[in-house]
Amino acid sequence: MKALKIVAGRVSVLDRDDVDTDQIIPKQFLKRIERTGFGQFLFFDWAREPGWELAQNPILVAGRNFGCGSSREHAAWALQDYGFEAIIAPSFADIFRSNCTKIGILPVVLDEAQCRAVAQAGEAEVDLDGQVVRWPGGAARFEIDPDVKHRLIHGLDDIALTLSHEDAIAAYERDRERRGPVTTAP
Amino acid sequence: MGAAHPKTLLDKIWEAHEIAPGLLYIDLHLVHEVTSPQAFEELRLGGRRVRRPDRTLATADHNVPTDGTPLAKRIRDELSREQVEMLERNCREFGIPLYSLGSEHQGIVHVIGPERGVTQPGMTIVCGDSHTATHGAFGALAFGVGTSEVAHVLATQCLVQTKPRSMRIRYEGELGFGVTAKDLILATIGKMGVAGAAGHVVEYAGRAIDALSMEGRMTICNMTIEGGGRAGMIAPDETTFAWLDGRAAAPSVIPEEWSLRSEPDARFDRELVIDAHAVSPMVTWGTTPAMVVPVTASVPQPKSSQEERALTYMDLEPGTPVQEIALDRVFIGSCTNSRIGDLRAAARMLDGRRVADGVYAMVVPGSQSVKAQAEREGLDEIFKRAGFDWRSAGCSMCLGMNPDVASPGERVASTSNRNFEGRQGRGARSHLVSPEMAAAAAIAGHFVDIRQRDT
Repeated sequence: MKALKIVAGRVSVLDRDDVDTDQIIPKQFLKRIERTGFGQFLFFDWAREPGWELAQNPILVAGRNFGCGSSREHAAWALQDYGFEAIIAPSFADIFRSNCTKIGILPVVLDEAQCRAVAQAGEAEVDLDGQVVRWPGGAARFEIDPDVKHRLIHGLDDIALTLSHEDAIAAYERDRERRGPVTTAP
Repeated sequence: MGAAHPKTLLDKIWEAHEIAPGLLYIDLHLVHEVTSPQAFEELRLGGRRVRRPDRTLATADHNVPTDGTPLAKRIRDELSREQVEMLERNCREFGIPLYSLGSEHQGIVHVIGPERGVTQPGMTIVCGDSHTATHGAFGALAFGVGTSEVAHVLATQCLVQTKPRSMRIRYEGELGFGVTAKDLILATIGKMGVAGAAGHVVEYAGRAIDALSMEGRMTICNMTIEGGGRAGMIAPDETTFAWLDGRAAAPSVIPEEWSLRSEPDARFDRELVIDAHAVSPMVTWGTTPAMVVPVTASVPQPKSSQEERALTYMDLEPGTPVQEIALDRVFIGSCTNSRIGDLRAAARMLDGRRVADGVYAMVVPGSQSVKAQAEREGLDEIFKRAGFDWRSAGCSMCLGMNPDVASPGERVASTSNRNFEGRQGRGARSHLVSPEMAAAAAIAGHFVDIRQRDT
């Protein structure tokens, strides 16, 4: 995963609440077995509606509960492939937010007024280390889990980090692991 | 030293599985063809193995045709075939047990886990699918995860996870005649909204829950994600133990550690109380599961631009009685409502009558075992005589990745879990209902209040 410290640039705006991952990337594209190339299918159906506009910028400002519904990580892949490195919204759906941080997209929660201000400003700088979003005419601090922040800033591989706990995992399996069920028996 | 803090069911399962702060051991990892190919590829690129194939179980469900295609290599859609065959190759290479197309145990991942008895009380369970919450019905902590996390669990058998907050939804009173678990959870989501339980693990409790069958409890926990919840759970009891008795992977004697519940004084971060007795059969009218009204109501006036957009998409006028909404299709299936109890309940509504002219109705059993059981009971004949299409197991029209899709503009009564725009086919208009309501609607050609039927 690429290290992520500062995301700066123009802002795209999607002013809708409860945008689900079925809209972000419809099911027909989930048959692909690759991890790349999803950007061209982003918001596939909505992009065909008159008046749709979503510029390819580093920052997306979205509505409440962004990324709800299906756990498909393809949604995060598509947004990243399209160019978004940070998404600012009043709230995110849990699985989607987690998926973003696993691939190096920074989800930032600001309140609705702040989101509107960033959207109106049209450009912003998201400083992960300082946990602050700055835009022409304003700035706001945001919260992020310290472990998630550490991983994003250093671009760390989750699996390697967890395997550094190998002793603890092996000890758990030896001493505490529940007896069953195993899937190889039935 | 003060008395120990009374623990919730979530606390107990969490503590039994936390290896290091924020690192949970996973007892069961369920895998399917759509969210796993990139995870296996990541393992290969990193030169990693699957740590616990014996705690991992795979099935083909999202993509498979339901027309009785007997083998992966016979799947006509090239991309679907490639994805299912890739799952077969990956499972062979990494030693993971698999119920692929053609297996007598193949089926929807959240149907086969409980069915085989590998879903048990007190476990931690993950799957690259948001409806993994289903397994919480057995008193397990079950999360949906993304593909990066699928790779992580394959490689480490652990999940990096901050402990979610706890929420209890307590139902007062009992469900009325004709009101099902599906109606209860739809009414709950309607009340709390699609993000109402975000960041929380929800424990469902109360007499109405105690009285539910395991099928009903799975329906409830399954849709927790539609209220934004991280997981849903129900304390195991005699109903749970009886349901698991005799399942392939279930123990012959009930282990003591299965008796697991929140302590009476346990504190939840949030509590919600809902009057179960006041719940009616429910029908969604919009494009989120929270846009829902009782079958006796009318399509509401829009209160936001989101609701206006939903009404336009659904082609509905505010004030239209729900029972006047005419249907083109009926889908009985999905991880929410495709188990044997669901099919029995739907079949009981048919009663020798025929599907209305102009309506295409299909039943997709949740697993090949459910299908076989239904056929032993003659349910297939009841459905077929009524004019239903009787299919093979899979996710089918719940998400329409396989050929089972609705056409643009078609209106569907569906027992599935999501009525999002385009979910069941581009431009398709979905109304979520219980299996009983779906069956009755198929006969009438429009929604009906099953409490008022003359049978």
